[in-house]
Amino acid sequence: MAKRKTDLGTLYKGSPGQWSWIAHRVTGVAIILFLFAHVVDTAVVGWGPDAYNRVVAVYHNWFVRVLELGLVAAVLYHAINGVKIMVFDFWPGSTRYMKQLSIASTGLFLVAMIPITWIMGRDILNLSLGWNL
Amino acid sequence: MAEEPLGDVLDDSDGRRVGAGGKVTLALRIRRYNPDVREDSWWDEFTIDTEPDDRLLDALHQVKWYQDGTLALRRSCAHGICGSDAMMINGKNRLACKVLVKDVLPKATVEPIRGLPVLKDLIVDMEPFFAGYRSVLPYLINDEGEPDRERLQTPEERHRFDDTTKCILCAACTTACPIFWGDEEYVGPAAIVNAHRFIYDSRDDGADERLRILAERTGVFRCRTTFNCTEACPRGIEVTKAIQEVKRSILFERF
Repeated sequence: MAKRKTDLGTLYKGSPGQWSWIAHRVTGVAIILFLFAHVVDTAVVGWGPDAYNRVVAVYHNWFVRVLELGLVAAVLYHAINGVKIMVFDFWPGSTRYMKQLSIASTGLFLVAMIPITWIMGRDILNLSLGWNL
Repeated sequence: MAEEPLGDVLDDSDGRRVGAGGKVTLALRIRRYNPDVREDSWWDEFTIDTEPDDRLLDALHQVKWYQDGTLALRRSCAHGICGSDAMMINGKNRLACKVLVKDVLPKATVEPIRGLPVLKDLIVDMEPFFAGYRSVLPYLINDEGEPDRERLQTPEERHRFDDTTKCILCAACTTACPIFWGDEEYVGPAAIVNAHRFIYDSRDDGADERLRILAERTGVFRCRTTFNCTEACPRGIEVTKAIQEVKRSILFERF
């Protein structure tokens, strides 16, 4: 009989719905945090085009472009998963197909991210890091 | 036979002992709590020889009866119908009497169900759970007075709520719900299942009152459709479906 040091419980290995719920919250918070920054950078246009261009130039930085790719991923996931949740809400019978709908929505997200990552990733390499893809 | 008391004690009654597939070794990690001993929880590990077709409840009994008598757990019928021995087994809420040793080999991690105050080891205070249950008026409401005969209904009317009659109030669903873990005011899946059982019963007149209760902040709209409840239910009730039907009734019938 050995004693373990931790007093914490273990991770609940829930349904796919548990993980999509967590991802939905994380992406939702990420999007709202970007919105705060976006409201500020757009408001700078009130100080004239020069001020605006200088602030928006930050989006040309390669690291910010990578974050932008993450933003697109977050919005896309949140949107597709949101549609899935609405399907459950308006057609209770669809809950029987939770696993299939989870696979379909996650699959749609991953497939859509392939061309998106290619297009945006190429821009990061070409425009911000001087590659020539 | 001193080495294998479990087989003698448990399995004589049903004759399953004979030729039951040999002994296996099961490592059990059990989350312990006893406020008289120390403030926080701790983990104990036990190794037992058991049979693959034994239930996890039998394994826990073997620990309690032959290794550590201080282990506290709740069980009654041991046949999956009383709803006493819901616990978190290998990260999922299950009834210990419906999980076989062969399904968890080589090791099982056992914890009390979450979101309810732990009293000792695997025993939790079920009162907040039953408070949620009581709040949805889980009984027949019909003020038409004593009928002369049974209140008849068609097979279709009976079928409407058949799924939710199966609930045994074990709390596996409610304590699998992340929303319930974080918000003890939420009535939880089991309470909604038992409300559903009467809301859609043609003999019952209390649907409006129950829908009013479940439309409150602590009601069905806390549900984020994580489906942990459906996955945890030992009776196979489509819990999330029942919750969604109640949501829909509130949206389209009450307003």
